[in-house]
Amino acid sequence: MKLNLKVWRQQGPQEKGRMVDYQIDGISEHMSFLEMMDVLNQKLIGSGEEPIAFDHDCREGICGSCSMFINGEAHGPVKGTTTCQLHMRSFKDGDTIYIEPFRANAFPVIKDLVIDRSAFDRIQHSGGYISVNTSGNTQDANATPIAKEHADLAMDAATCIGCGACVATCKNSSAMLFVGAKISQYALLPQGQVEAKDRAQNMVAQMDAEGFGNCTNTGACEVECPKGISLTNIARMNREFLGGSLTK
Amino acid sequence: MSTQKQSLSSIGRKVLMALTGFFLMVFLLQHMSINMLSVINADVFNEVSHFMGTNALVQFVLQPVLIFSVFFHFVWGMVLEYQNNQARSIKYAKYSGHANATWMSRNMIISGLAVLAFLVVHFYDFWIPEINTKYIEGDMTGLHPGSNEFRYHEELVDKFANQPIRVILYVIAFFMLSLHLMHGFQSAFQSVGFNHSKYTPIIKKMGNIFAIAVPLGFVFVALYHFIYHPH
Repeated sequence: MKLNLKVWRQQGPQEKGRMVDYQIDGISEHMSFLEMMDVLNQKLIGSGEEPIAFDHDCREGICGSCSMFINGEAHGPVKGTTTCQLHMRSFKDGDTIYIEPFRANAFPVIKDLVIDRSAFDRIQHSGGYISVNTSGNTQDANATPIAKEHADLAMDAATCIGCGACVATCKNSSAMLFVGAKISQYALLPQGQVEAKDRAQNMVAQMDAEGFGNCTNTGACEVECPKGISLTNIARMNREFLGGSLTK
Repeated sequence: MSTQKQSLSSIGRKVLMALTGFFLMVFLLQHMSINMLSVINADVFNEVSHFMGTNALVQFVLQPVLIFSVFFHFVWGMVLEYQNNQARSIKYAKYSGHANATWMSRNMIISGLAVLAFLVVHFYDFWIPEINTKYIEGDMTGLHPGSNEFRYHEELVDKFANQPIRVILYVIAFFMLSLHLMHGFQSAFQSVGFNHSKYTPIIKKMGNIFAIAVPLGFVFVALYHFIYHPH
C-alpha cells in the first residue's frame, strides 16, 4: 500500500507544532498501525531525519499507552480497539491519514504524538483506592459475598485501561467516563464502601482542577472506548457524587 | 493544570442544567396544551389563559422559577460551552464528531441559541404587551376595554392571521427546539444519575416522541390560526 500521512510534529512541550506530510510505500495490509509507524520511522532515520515520537508498550491492547488520534477518531476508525490493535487493512491504497496526538489541555504534548496523561494518575491518587490492612491478615476472597451482577459490573468498570480516548474524542475534553469507571469499580463492591462518601467528591474535584471540560452526554466516549466502558458509569458517578454531597 | 477553585463542580453544573431543563420541558408541555385549547374552544382557552395570567401561584411562584430556569439554562449553557471550548486550546486538524455522536448532541449551543433568539421575539410579541397591560396599565380583568369579552383568544389569532413571516419564524424556531429536545430530554435523565438497562431505552424513545410532538403542537396552532381565522 502507498499512503499519504499527515503527522503532528512538535519538538517539545513549549514548542509550536505543525502537521507534516510524509509519503510511505510498501505497507502491508497485515501490519498493525504501530508497525506502519515503525516502518516510517526507519525511513526517517535512514534519511537522517528525527523519528516520530509516539507512545507504545504492550502492543496487545491492554496497557493503554498508544494514544493516536487517527483520521479524526481516537485509536482510528475501528471501534473497540487501541491503536496497536488497528491494522492497515482498515485503510485503502492511496489513503490520506491524519495522525495527531490526543488533544486536551489536561493532556499536554510532550513531543510529537506523546502526551502527558499524569492528570489521570492524580485523579486516581485523590480517591481511586481502598484502605485495607495487607500486613499478612488477608481475608479469604470468598468471605464477603458479592452479587454476581455487581461483581460483573465492577469488573466491566475495572477494565478501563486509562488510555484517555474518552477525553480525546469528547468535544468538551471531559474525563467523566474515566472517572466514572474508576469510581464505579469501588462503588459496586463492599470493599469500596469505607471511603464511598468522599471518593466521588475528591475525584471529581481533582478532575475539575486538572482542567478537563464538562460532560454534555454526547456519548462519544462510550463509542470510542477501546474497552467498551458504558455511560452507566457516568450516571453512577453522578449518583455517588450527589449522594456524597447530600449526606456529608 | 488549573488550581482555581470552582464554585460549582462539573457535576453540580450538569445537574442544575438538567433540573432547569426538566422544568422547562414541563413548562413547554403545559404551554403547548393550553395553546391547543385555542383550536378546540375559544372560551375554554380564554378561561384557562385568564387563570394562568392571574393565579397567584402561577404568577408569583411558578413564573419566577420559570424566569430563573430560562436565565440559568441559557447563561450556563453558554458558559459551559465556552469552558468546554477552552479545555482544548489546540484543535484537531481532522475531527470526525459524526462518527460517534449525533448532530443534536454536539450542537446544543446552536439549537439553544436559535431558541433564545426566538424567545427574544416571543417576549416582544406576547410577554411584554401582557405584562404592560396587567402590571403597568393595571388592567387585570383580561377583558377587551369596555366589553365583557376576554381578549386572549383574539390576540392570539391576530398574531398569526395573515402573518406568514411570523409563522415561518415559528416553524424554524420549533424545528430547532425539536433538535434541542431530542438530545436534551434523555440527557437530563443521565445527568441526574438515571441510567438503567431496561428504562433508558424507553426514556430515549419517549424523548424522541416528546421532541417531535410538543414542537409540532406549537406549529400546528400557529398554522391553524394562519389558515382559519374570522377576518
